[in-house]
Amino acid sequence: MTTPGAPALELRGINKHFGPVHANRDVNLSVRGGTIHGIVGENGAGKSTLMSILYGFYQADSGQIEIAGTPTAIDGPEDALAAGIGMVHQHFMLVDNFSVLENILLGAEGGALLAGGLAAARAEVTRLEAEYGLEVDPDAVVGELAVGLRQRVELLKALYRGANILILDEPTGVLTPQEADRLFEILRAMRAQGVTVILITHKLQEIMAITDNVSVMRAGEMVAHRETAQTTREELAELMVGRQVLLRVEKTAAQPGDVVLAADGLTRIDDAGVMRLDHVSFQLRAGEIVGVAGVTGNGQSELLAVLSGIQAPDDGRLTVHGRVVDADHPCDPAEMRQLNLAHVPEDRQRMGLISPFAAWETTILGYHHDPAYTGTVLLKTDAIIADTDGKMSRFDVRPPNPQLASDSFSGGNQQKLVLAREIERQPEILLVGQPTRGVDIGAIEFIHRQLIQMRDGGCGVLLVSVELEEILSLSDRILVMFEGRIVGEVDGADADARTIGLMMANAHETAAETKAGVV
Amino acid sequence: MASAPDKLPAWVDIGLLPVINVALAFMVSGLLIAALGQDPFEATWVMIRGAFGYEESLGYTFYYTTNFVFTGLAVAVAFHAGLFNIGGEGQAYIGGLGVGLAFLALDQYLPFALMLPICIIAAALFGAGWAYIPAYLQAKRGSHIVITTIMFNFIAASLMVYLLVNVMIQPGQMSPETREFNSATWLPYMHEALAWFGVEVAQSPLNLSIIWALICCVLVWGLIWHTRWGYEIRAVGANMSAAVYAGMPPARIIIVTMCISGALSGFVAINEIMGVHHKLLLDFAAGYGFTGIAVSLMGRNHPVGIVLAGLLFGALYQGGAELAFENSAFTPDLIVVIQGLVVLFSGALSYMLRGPAERLYFALATPKPAEA
Repeated sequence: MTTPGAPALELRGINKHFGPVHANRDVNLSVRGGTIHGIVGENGAGKSTLMSILYGFYQADSGQIEIAGTPTAIDGPEDALAAGIGMVHQHFMLVDNFSVLENILLGAEGGALLAGGLAAARAEVTRLEAEYGLEVDPDAVVGELAVGLRQRVELLKALYRGANILILDEPTGVLTPQEADRLFEILRAMRAQGVTVILITHKLQEIMAITDNVSVMRAGEMVAHRETAQTTREELAELMVGRQVLLRVEKTAAQPGDVVLAADGLTRIDDAGVMRLDHVSFQLRAGEIVGVAGVTGNGQSELLAVLSGIQAPDDGRLTVHGRVVDADHPCDPAEMRQLNLAHVPEDRQRMGLISPFAAWETTILGYHHDPAYTGTVLLKTDAIIADTDGKMSRFDVRPPNPQLASDSFSGGNQQKLVLAREIERQPEILLVGQPTRGVDIGAIEFIHRQLIQMRDGGCGVLLVSVELEEILSLSDRILVMFEGRIVGEVDGADADARTIGLMMANAHETAAETKAGVV
Repeated sequence: MASAPDKLPAWVDIGLLPVINVALAFMVSGLLIAALGQDPFEATWVMIRGAFGYEESLGYTFYYTTNFVFTGLAVAVAFHAGLFNIGGEGQAYIGGLGVGLAFLALDQYLPFALMLPICIIAAALFGAGWAYIPAYLQAKRGSHIVITTIMFNFIAASLMVYLLVNVMIQPGQMSPETREFNSATWLPYMHEALAWFGVEVAQSPLNLSIIWALICCVLVWGLIWHTRWGYEIRAVGANMSAAVYAGMPPARIIIVTMCISGALSGFVAINEIMGVHHKLLLDFAAGYGFTGIAVSLMGRNHPVGIVLAGLLFGALYQGGAELAFENSAFTPDLIVVIQGLVVLFSGALSYMLRGPAERLYFALATPKPAEA
């Protein structure tokens, strides 16, 4: 373990090009040993590139890496591991049908026969668990563990390999607030033991809550280093975006009108026979935003799929504009659009747009039968391109070129294209999934204002998001989903993160575990 | 979050790389020819002269090209919907059955002006019908279209043998063929058509079906890139879940696309049966359906590329035949090997050089500063 205070890691003048893109430009970074160091920046600011260089996935074009004062060449993940650098990826790199112990051993099996390695690993894992408070059953099958526990396996894996510099890439993206708190306790325990932690995140409240120092990246450059105690969220946000941003969404009280969409006992069973939606009932009124909170994978995606007509309900009824949808009378997405229902899907890459299509082709997806876009035989290409030009300028899509392929836009600009397509139809019902996932702060502000405007214009908005802060700041009412059920409804005005967090983790179980000291 | 490297410019991707691939195929062929004790340069010269050197050879080259354009377009249309139609061979064969039946039933009564559209429709319907069954099985039952279309090639071959040997054979003769159709209803040869305008060219099997092939290129181009149906086809091919999200019916689009693909394959029969043989016979599809896969791959599934790739393969067929004729050391098998190498390098290995070319290009192109 490095001595606290001395730099555990120094990066000097790191440059990296991808073709014409300068992803890292003269980046300097000094991380003191035994501290938690945050790195914030918008999508595409170069954080992940920098960490990939550090972990040996990429090689820098120029620059120097020093670990504990020694210049070190890192040509691959093996070198990084040998230098004591461990990485926990945003998407876990675990073998689902292996046990925890087998996963930890992966890549460090230590010989042709497993038994010896397993025994050594068991002893070491027990020690690590005790030292850092990382309780997890070594014999459990990883696929059966909750997400928070899987992350602990990743942490154990890195520590088992002897990491004393640990890089965490967006570690809380999939966690409930309680699980995130627990993770932070573990990170603090690691810091106390002298482990250096580098935390990459775009959530400023996490930076404020846990880090000692923070570095801000923007457009490939390191623009500022701050001691966390000496800075504020507002300052960091401004540094990230390069201008002042509004973190709070300003909105007036909702004026709910008639019910525009009513779900009554909606149930959806997937192909594997798992009940994904379990008798979900709620109503959506004109002029209100109803937020659906929940940890990823608790039925929110299926709810959106059923409401938008992509999947038919197996049981229950859905009423949209007097049209009753049930198992025997399914409604396809095209018909739903005719009922004035628009849908901004959760996963814009997989559903909201078609990567190789030009932007103008993406802006008619789902509306390509509209006489404004197509004649009897031929598409009205010129009219569509003119329409896309207008959308791009109204929604500030950059670069404003309708001929560019959809996947050559940044996440925020892609989302603006999808939003422009769905919102400008003036829908009466708007389903929105993860509107700001992978979207930079500047665009988040814009998207949130658009959603509020839709609401004020009398549209009923159903907002599904795993970003609790987003739900809290936009919703007039909040529904909480757990294992396919709606486990609670809270008025937007009196909601707070803690109550909703408890509901998201299913209150009873969590409360019991809190008493037992194990969350 | 790291920005992905930019793509290669179009002139490298669709211009330079295919040329390099073909050049590589010829280099390997040259080594092979040299190993057999022949002069590769002379052989290449014979092939080029044999394909383009004189009027008759040009006619043959374009005649082969016509077939490759039809089958190449067929593969390309299916490919845009994400479907790999390996069944062009069988669809062309069954398209021939449609044309043959139309002639046998009607050629004594109807003039050419009516027979032409009827035969085009018959070829399209029969080709499409043969593609419909695998398409239905793929769309509704999830049977993989690659497997089913391959099997349907064998079924088509067996069916045609049965029909020609037992049912449609002209009575009183040995070879399994129908009677010859009424010569007034044949599709005119190009040399005949040009003679009407006073242009004299050497005789060749090239006939007016090449014009239909070029019209099909324009129609396919318009369909795929300029209609909402083409939009749906490409959407289903590029991103099925986005297509479903957009309210498109994937099953119907898969079936319709495969039927269009089968119809295009069926048009091989317009060239072969209506234009050249003037009777229905065994094995007239002669591998054109399979070569269409390489043509489409090499032509990047675009009609312009398909015409160019079709021309290359037409030249290979004709030049190869000429080479085998001129020099007995070049057996027909060796010609097939050379054709196979071109298919291998420009079809199966067409992306082999992409990575190195990308690295080389970006190493040579001076890095520009990132947009800030």
